[in-house]
Amino acid sequence: MTIITCDHLDKVYPVAIKEPGFKGTLSHFFQRQHRHVQAVQAVSFQIDPGEVVGFLGPNGAGKTTTLKMLTGLIHPSDGQVRVAGHIPFRRHTKFLEKITLVMGQKQQLLWDLPALDSLKINAAVYNIGYREFQHRVDELSEMLSLAGKLTQPVRKLSLGERMKAELLAALLHRPQVLFLDEPTLGLDVNAQVSVREFLREYNQRYGATILLTSHYMADITALCDRVLLIHQGQLIYDGALNQLMNRFAPFREVKLELTQPHQTSDLEQYGEVEEVMGREARLLVRREDLTQTVSQILADLQVLDLTITDPPIEEIIGRVFQSGKVT
Amino acid sequence: MAIVRKCKTFLVVYYAYMLEYRAELLLWVLANSLPLIMMGVWSQAAEGGDFSLTALDFARYFIAVFIVRQFTIVWVIWDFEREIVEGKLSPRLLQPIDPVWHHVAAHVAERFARFPFSVGLVGLFFVLYPQAFWWPSPMGLIWGCLAIVMAFILRFIIQYTFAMFAFWLERATAIEQLWFLFYLFLSGMIAPLDLFPEAVRAVIVWTPFPYLIYFPVSLLVGIPTPIARGFVVMLVWCALGIIANRWLWRRGIKHYSGMGA
Repeated sequence: MTIITCDHLDKVYPVAIKEPGFKGTLSHFFQRQHRHVQAVQAVSFQIDPGEVVGFLGPNGAGKTTTLKMLTGLIHPSDGQVRVAGHIPFRRHTKFLEKITLVMGQKQQLLWDLPALDSLKINAAVYNIGYREFQHRVDELSEMLSLAGKLTQPVRKLSLGERMKAELLAALLHRPQVLFLDEPTLGLDVNAQVSVREFLREYNQRYGATILLTSHYMADITALCDRVLLIHQGQLIYDGALNQLMNRFAPFREVKLELTQPHQTSDLEQYGEVEEVMGREARLLVRREDLTQTVSQILADLQVLDLTITDPPIEEIIGRVFQSGKVT
Repeated sequence: MAIVRKCKTFLVVYYAYMLEYRAELLLWVLANSLPLIMMGVWSQAAEGGDFSLTALDFARYFIAVFIVRQFTIVWVIWDFEREIVEGKLSPRLLQPIDPVWHHVAAHVAERFARFPFSVGLVGLFFVLYPQAFWWPSPMGLIWGCLAIVMAFILRFIIQYTFAMFAFWLERATAIEQLWFLFYLFLSGMIAPLDLFPEAVRAVIVWTPFPYLIYFPVSLLVGIPTPIARGFVVMLVWCALGIIANRWLWRRGIKHYSGMGA
């Protein structure tokens, strides 16, 4: 039983076009022209309850548009979508009570008032009784380390605290499905880590389904086993993150510190030599040959230090988007 | 009971929100002092000209206009337009409550927050000009207060209906600004409608304009006016406004692309 189903989802936007300069301004005023942009094209995927799925793509790839269709904010131009048993754009109360959307660059809290006041409004909107409200606020503020912050005006909170308060407001009604659009945008490393930990705990505690977009790969690697890759409106990959890594990064990097300098030609038999600087060298070795090659290096050469690393995930994803396809 | 709790929570929170703007509240009250300026102009004119109203009548009329304006100020179109253009409507649309109730609560709460400032200013006016003081008749007061509430509701519905055009236009406030020109002259804000030609009056009594200011003011200061017709016309315009509003809302939501959201 899936909780999110998209079947050949399309979204076409009309966008006004204007030539630069005075002439362009006049013709834009008298005869406005539009072109149609295919923001999302035949996107299909399914997500099971409790899954945490990363939704990745470069800017303008169609991530936010897809999230807006999944939450019912916009109508799809074509295709079918069902979330938690509902058709989102009908915006039934039962549906709205089951979902939430958090946008890193948008806020729902009243700026000049303490967050607690906005939370009271949310409690009234979602018919959460006073005791239950207190219990949930205590629980979530403890998970988010927000104790004492909810009575300060929102404008006085730091960016990280504000984001956490936004998360609290968005989760007060205990939604089953969380759509998170860049929830860690602009946060420092500590705040990113605590938001990530919170999301993981929330997912485990309530079995909530999470679809998450982020430009911080650390968010994705920490939370998501599965990723969806969208490029120019089309879904180009849907599967496990480590499979993607294996397919796009079949090599691992081996860094060597040797007792004496070696020539590039001495090291070529072990793998692709990236760099040789005195006693230090960097090689790329195929994953399947790694164990054997490392044993061989240790047997043949006098090694002081040896480290094996994966190429950075940002680089791998960037490589996928550059090629525009996964296969 | 849930509805009572919702209303109470919304009003308490938005009242707190409005009280954050202490200095602004006083300025907003003063910003609506056009009736007081008109009072000066007309009282002066009445002393030298031949009008059906005396200088004292004008003074009472315009202080009543000032009071009615304090309770019927509406700004929903500016807030709604900003929500559309900046995509701030999106979070509101994801809540299981019509976003209009946030605006209604903010407006009603603002009335309470503004009340002490308005009372203070009216009190100061009567201290400076005691001859102008009067007590409305008990029935005039009851009908007048009811007419003020209705005038606020009607004005809110009309402006919120214009606000719906923000789904298609970048600046829906332009409609309000054009409408405001008619409102200024035909509502009785610039001059009592008694001074208008009979033919003009015969037409505008069927429009919403006189009921937004002139009608409640007349009830408060005791100018004879058909009460039943007034309320019926207001109710009809409210109903028409709600129908148009909901029709536009449904189409607008379909058109909404969550700009910038």
